[in-house]
Amino acid sequence: MYKILSKITLVPTLHEFVIEAPRVAKRCKAGQFIILRIHEEGERIPLTIADFDREKGTITIVFQEVGKSTKQLATLNAGDSMLDFVGPLGEASHIDNYGTVVCVAGGVGIAPVFPIARALKEAGNEVIGIMGCRCKDLIFWEDRMKDACTELRVTTDDGSYVCKGFVTDKLLDLINERGKENIAEVIAIGPVPMMRAVANLTREYGIKTIVSLNSTMVDGTGMCGCCRVTVGGEVKFACVDGPEFDAHAVDFEEMMRRGRIYKEEEQKSLEKYTNKSCTCSCGCGGAK
Amino acid sequence: MTEEKKSKKVVPTKYPMPHQDAAVRARNFEEVALGLDEETAVLEAQRCLQCKKEPCRKGCPVEVLIPDFIKLVAERDFAGAIKKLKEKNALPAVCGRVCPQENQCESYCTVGKKNEPVAIGRLERFCADWERTQGIEVPEIAPSTGKKVAIIGSGPGGLTCAADLAKLGHKVTIFEALHVAGGVLMYGIPQFRLPKEIVQAEIETLRKMGVEIEVNAVVGKFATIDELMKEEGFDAVYIGTGAGLPYFMEIPGENACGVYSANEFLTRTNLMKGYKFPEYDTPIKVGSKVAVLGGGNVAMDAARTALRLGASESWIVYRRSKEELPARHEEAEHAEEEGVKFAFLTSPVRVISNDEGWVTGMECVKYELGEPDASGRRRPIAIKGSEFIMDVDTVVVAIGQGPNPLVPKTTEGLETNKRGNIVADPATGATSKPGVYAGGDVVTGAATVILAMGAGRVAAKSMHEYLSK
Ligand SMILES: Cc1cc2nc3c(=O)[nH]c(=O)nc-3n(C[C@H](O)[C@H](O)[C@H](O)COP(=O)(O)OP(=O)(O)OC[C@H]3O[C@@H](n4cnc5c(N)ncnc54)[C@H](O)[C@@H]3O)c2cc1C
Ligand SMILES: Cc1cc2nc3c(=O)[nH]c(=O)nc-3n(C[C@H](O)[C@H](O)[C@H](O)COP(=O)(O)OP(=O)(O)OC[C@H]3O[C@@H](n4cnc5c(N)ncnc54)[C@H](O)[C@@H]3O)c2cc1C
Ligand code: SF4
Ligand code: SF4
Ligand code: FES
Ligand SMILES: [Mg+2]
Repeated sequence: MYKILSKITLVPTLHEFVIEAPRVAKRCKAGQFIILRIHEEGERIPLTIADFDREKGTITIVFQEVGKSTKQLATLNAGDSMLDFVGPLGEASHIDNYGTVVCVAGGVGIAPVFPIARALKEAGNEVIGIMGCRCKDLIFWEDRMKDACTELRVTTDDGSYVCKGFVTDKLLDLINERGKENIAEVIAIGPVPMMRAVANLTREYGIKTIVSLNSTMVDGTGMCGCCRVTVGGEVKFACVDGPEFDAHAVDFEEMMRRGRIYKEEEQKSLEKYTNKSCTCSCGCGGAK
Repeated sequence: MTEEKKSKKVVPTKYPMPHQDAAVRARNFEEVALGLDEETAVLEAQRCLQCKKEPCRKGCPVEVLIPDFIKLVAERDFAGAIKKLKEKNALPAVCGRVCPQENQCESYCTVGKKNEPVAIGRLERFCADWERTQGIEVPEIAPSTGKKVAIIGSGPGGLTCAADLAKLGHKVTIFEALHVAGGVLMYGIPQFRLPKEIVQAEIETLRKMGVEIEVNAVVGKFATIDELMKEEGFDAVYIGTGAGLPYFMEIPGENACGVYSANEFLTRTNLMKGYKFPEYDTPIKVGSKVAVLGGGNVAMDAARTALRLGASESWIVYRRSKEELPARHEEAEHAEEEGVKFAFLTSPVRVISNDEGWVTGMECVKYELGEPDASGRRRPIAIKGSEFIMDVDTVVVAIGQGPNPLVPKTTEGLETNKRGNIVADPATGATSKPGVYAGGDVVTGAATVILAMGAGRVAAKSMHEYLSK
């Protein structure tokens, strides 16, 4: 069992857990993820490692409530435990001294970007962070991001905080200010449409861009092929070959189509959960 | 000579195994074969001639003491029989169910020369099932040697190696990447062929023997083999990580929604209990017309699973003909009885999908059989202009699996061949790295449960010698 040491609700449907998992904390690196399972009937949920403390043996995850499993995860509190927690999975981010790098984070993507930005800064890069959310109420970890980046630019889609605009607007401003040749690399993590928009923009300018793909996963060890994505015409397994890939080579359309495979079932599962009209005979009274 | 004479008097056919009715079982996940009752088991055991030369044992990779255990069954000493079995086989409930006995022990049986062989597998299963109703006996453990062994992967090979080393007094820890132990026995072979409760009961015995099982532990990720040996003090390591990497056809359209690897299809269903969705959270989706590509046990399992998940049609699409089907005869027969259809001499060339990316069909080409190839099987040759569209909405690719590269990639000095299999001495299991042994599918490529167990046993023996030095 893996114990939750602390829980912070960052915005109403977004939570931060610090979890005791010394095996994972010992060797994990920025860019890697874990898979957890809440209970015996649960599915395997992949989440990015948002932070870690090797000494304390803890892992921080930040997750958004989107469906049954993440909603149920959100009902857990400090002191509760989950059944399974495995990692670190996936390849770590390539950290080197590139010069100036831009870390673009959208929505919940702020959490996975944070450790990458920090590692890049520690490696001597000038790290310019761009973080954006739909509105002011959804902004989180601004302080952490400020520390992790050399410079941080914040934006909201509706203009309710700092300024109005998408992260791609901010990125375009930056490219114009600095000149494309002065940006060594862009790392973008967030909703797929956002990553695709960033990829389309930087492709025009020929700036190397990395995205982290959250395709649907089961085992996360390269055994099932559920997470396969097409990158540069080749089939890759996001869980072991990635999750980070060259943004300009990713087939985002295919990835989005594959992300919708279980829409109907996910809806059904969520309805059953929120209606608590569970008909199973396990005596859970709808809790599962 | 006397054996020949006796065989004339023998009951010519195996006592039948009771099965769930095909039409009923094709729609549920309960076990297909129900097992022999005591009376029938004793009668079947009496068919054995107790041959002095024990030819049947030659066909068993772990050399089960076949005549000895069968004699005890015939004498109704079931407790004695299971004890005898376990001297050589740590997982009789599993082997009795899934061993390809027709190619192994039973193919050497004297009775089988003129009649049907003695049902060795069924008797093995009977003994193990009998024991489970009595409470499984925990084997004796030798005094501690103070040596620590790490087993990577909890498939049948890893479990056997662990059991043998634990009995010899070594401290054994199994590291398993998934959240339950058992390897393919848990995630691949379906519930209706091998109930998961049975696998877990066997694993429970291992725990009682003091074997520690750390699940959620991906070696190469949380620690490398070198770290386990240097930092965690493991004196020897056995790698039994299997052949879990699914191959795809590499044809256009293969990433369409509705195309699964057999591993994904079976893992969602078995390991994650997708067949009980939404009581269990992991979904599995099957359309109404399913094509399974391949002709092995994995393909049969996927095709039979598709029917149980509600498909109205389930097809095996295989390049060669019925004679070449690599699946166990019994499995293909069970599949056919349940309504699985076969498209022989057929191979897909592309998967067709609609605007939303969902499978709507599969273009195939017909084959004919030419001259035998290197494997001795007649080579299938595509017939020009024979393309046709198969009307399917789900495709399951079951054309084979390779070794997962994770452990070799992260272990310095571990030799692999060009297919990515770990190179290990078949006589000892020793790899190119001192103290590190390997066996099972990761060495041989996808094979069988009992061969993996045999390899685990061979490695355990030489690991014990290595540790005793
Ligand atoms: C490598 C990786 C890292 C991730 N990191 C984070 C993170 O740090 N924070 C965060 O909030 N989310 C993250 N996700 C997404 C998260 O895993 C899904 O939101 C979650 O599994 C949804 O489960 P659900 O039952 O609540 O929702 P559901 O209603 O079941 O699904 C909602 C949507 O989530 C996606 N999804 C569903 N099941 C899976 C699955 N098994 N694997 C991947 N996606 C799935 C699908 O697109 C689906 O349509 C990550 C995903 C991956 C693959
Ligand atoms: C669907 C299906 C049906 C089959 N039917 C039959 C049958 O009827 N009869 C028969 O004899 N054989 C059958 N087989 C073949 C048989 O199951 C295998 O040959 C056998 O299981 C191989 O055993 P193994 O010990 O080598 O490893 P596996 O059973 O493959 O187990 C390997 C284990 O190692 C774990 N692992 C992998 N990498 C790591 C890592 N880095 N760290 C930690 N753990 C790791 C995996 O998660 C897995 O649990 C079937 C196979 C399949 C897939
Ligand atoms: S283990 Fe398999 S091959 Fe050996 S005797 Fe039993 S059924 Fe036959
Ligand atoms: S099982 Fe067959 S070969 Fe073995 S001893 Fe009995 S009759 Fe002889
Ligand atoms: S999640 Fe199964 S191979 Fe990637
Ligand atoms: Mg879900």
